[in-house]
Amino acid sequence: MSVRIYVPIDSSALSLGAEAVARAIRHEAAVRDIVVDIVRNGSRGMFWLEPLVEVDTPQGRIAYGPVQPEDVPGLFDAGFHQGAAHSLCHGPTEQIPFLARQERLTFARVGVTDPLSLDDYLAHGGFEGLQRAIAMAPAEVVKEVTDSGLRGRGGAAFPTGIKWKTVLDTPAAQKYVACNADEGDSGTFSDRMLMEGDPYCLLEGMAIAGLATGATQGYIYVRSEYPHAFRTLQAAIERARAGGWLGASVAGCGRAFDIDVRLGAGAYICGEETSMLESLEGKRGVVRAKPPLPAVSGLFGKPTVINNVMSLASVPIILARGAAFYRDYGLGRSRGTLPFQLAGNLRHTGLVEKAFGVTLRELLEDYGGGSFSGKPLRTAQVGGPLGAYVPASQFDVALDYEQYAAMGAMVGHGGIVAFDDTVDMAKMARHAMAFCVEESCGKCTPCRIGSVRGVEVIDRIIAGEDRGRNIALLNSLCDTMLSGSLCAMGGMTPYPVQSALKHFPEDFGIDKTAAA
Amino acid sequence: MTKETPSAAGLAALIDARRALPGATLPILHAIQDAYGYVPDEALPMIAAALNLSRAEVQGVVSFYHHFRRTPPGRHVVQVCRAESCLAMGAEALEAHVKAKLGVDFHETTADGAVTLEPVYCLGNCACSPAMRVDDDILGRMNGRRFDAVLHQLQQTEGASA
Ligand SMILES: Cc1cc2nc3c(=O)[nH]c(=O)nc-3n(C[C@H](O)[C@H](O)[C@H](O)COP(=O)(O)O)c2cc1C
Ligand code: SF4
Ligand code: FES
Repeated sequence: MSVRIYVPIDSSALSLGAEAVARAIRHEAAVRDIVVDIVRNGSRGMFWLEPLVEVDTPQGRIAYGPVQPEDVPGLFDAGFHQGAAHSLCHGPTEQIPFLARQERLTFARVGVTDPLSLDDYLAHGGFEGLQRAIAMAPAEVVKEVTDSGLRGRGGAAFPTGIKWKTVLDTPAAQKYVACNADEGDSGTFSDRMLMEGDPYCLLEGMAIAGLATGATQGYIYVRSEYPHAFRTLQAAIERARAGGWLGASVAGCGRAFDIDVRLGAGAYICGEETSMLESLEGKRGVVRAKPPLPAVSGLFGKPTVINNVMSLASVPIILARGAAFYRDYGLGRSRGTLPFQLAGNLRHTGLVEKAFGVTLRELLEDYGGGSFSGKPLRTAQVGGPLGAYVPASQFDVALDYEQYAAMGAMVGHGGIVAFDDTVDMAKMARHAMAFCVEESCGKCTPCRIGSVRGVEVIDRIIAGEDRGRNIALLNSLCDTMLSGSLCAMGGMTPYPVQSALKHFPEDFGIDKTAAA
Repeated sequence: MTKETPSAAGLAALIDARRALPGATLPILHAIQDAYGYVPDEALPMIAAALNLSRAEVQGVVSFYHHFRRTPPGRHVVQVCRAESCLAMGAEALEAHVKAKLGVDFHETTADGAVTLEPVYCLGNCACSPAMRVDDDILGRMNGRRFDAVLHQLQQTEGASA
């Protein structure tokens, strides 16, 4: 009887040595004449325990971590291959509180299955959503997605079903589905984890989008910083095609849908949807003015569904379980779950999929375990580099699109970067402006020039030159960027800058009253 | 990681294999950079001709994207993440250490041609900050000591294959 052992192949697990651990297990097992079947799964998203090795036992999967190659002989000595106790043992994986308290819908299979095994995918509910979509009329599929309340997970939170309806209702000989896998936001990695850990889920979501809107060709635009995700998707597409799930007749339904994966080239702005289209067309990633909406005239001028990886990967379960099932999670107009990503200075970084309504305090403290450094947490940036810095006084606000917008912040792609009290917020504000200088597509002046001025002004404030006047200048510059930018690059860079200034004026050398 | 030297025949083959793709420019540029480590000057008119573009248009595309290099890099490329999550975990100190250790600034190559150093904004490894990339390997929870070990390893493998 062979022992099944799981060693993740997720980039982050690899970045901590998972490959060497897999080799050590194989070697040690051979030496001891123990037959092992090593499965390279995705990550469970508990990165302080990675490389997290799991052993299949009659009692379920038992977790050991973080495992280094030198731990492996000792693990075998202790009998870990039978699930025995060891100082690195955490008991049954699914009972680890960080995981047990989550609501994993989109991430149900990530870390559980072999990412490229179609059999595994099918055994865990894969393609049920697609099968149901095939049996429905396109307009019914669109309605199901609309009724689920799903909103775009890439940042702008636009209702997914409404976007699909526009594409469905726009007649054209050729339509496209373009998946935005640029995931440029710092502090985010859920798209990557899903593409590496459950790629068929994304392919299924795209195929459903295709059938629902009449699009026959899909593209996945993956950032070049994700070489592993790119290769996993390529392999998954090939296998899905060979299995008849993609191609001229999707799952034998007589309708076509195929997918090609393309690499970006290190431009943050290419995550903006129209810039991404330009890039897919082989051009400079300069943002397009809207209208026309991409849903009407998108890739190569054709109606195009553009969705984030998380949006598309949430569709299979919505179709499989029904709109009501998904909509029952969440609150207000934020329905379903969001895979939050805990990053930065936290003890327990990782992926926490929860219904909307969870608070930052719960995520940072109950899940995140407080700061990694042991110092007090001072702030968290939510929603990527264009998101606001949320001060500790606002940690109890429910994470919900509207409540966050009301306090001048955004949930965005759900990335959360925690900082302890050694952070210098004037420096972080400068960083945000400098990032805009670096990544602006150059089309509009407030963004291109304003950000350069912004860096200069913040430098003067830091240097203590005429602070009152320069702070006023910075605020007016931010107003110009907010109102005069074509896209959120220039339009939202003021969020991190002004939230830093508003909540942490002392870091800019001024007292609280002067900043407001 | 030693790459081939660009040749007209090699470039033509890479371009021909991809010219019919919709939006072929980026796939072609990636294939060329993967093969040679950079996009050589002589590739631009060839791409332009194959895709029916002007040379200036191709030049404009290449220059827009941070990823594409116009000069040969060192035998290894080291990228240090400068984005927020890594900053929260000591990326600045790591960056300073790496620069001092290699004796180069960003966008420079060590005198022995071994390593080119580049900045990067997020590698999606934010749960394991600070992060780096060495060639195609992403590394997490880095510090000066771990970087020195990685560098030592690179030098060892170079020595062994030389
Ligand atoms: C500067 C900028 C960067 C963006 N980066 C991304 C990204 O990396 N991934 C993404 O899905 N959306 C990104 N977006 C949002 C997209 O423009 C778009 O709203 C999204 O892809 C639509 O898909 P969704 O409705 O499923 O969210 C970005 C927007 C801006 C302005
Ligand atoms: S705001 Fe900046 S990135 Fe967006 S279109 Fe204008 S110049 Fe380009
Ligand atoms: S911020 Fe450094 S890897 Fe994401």
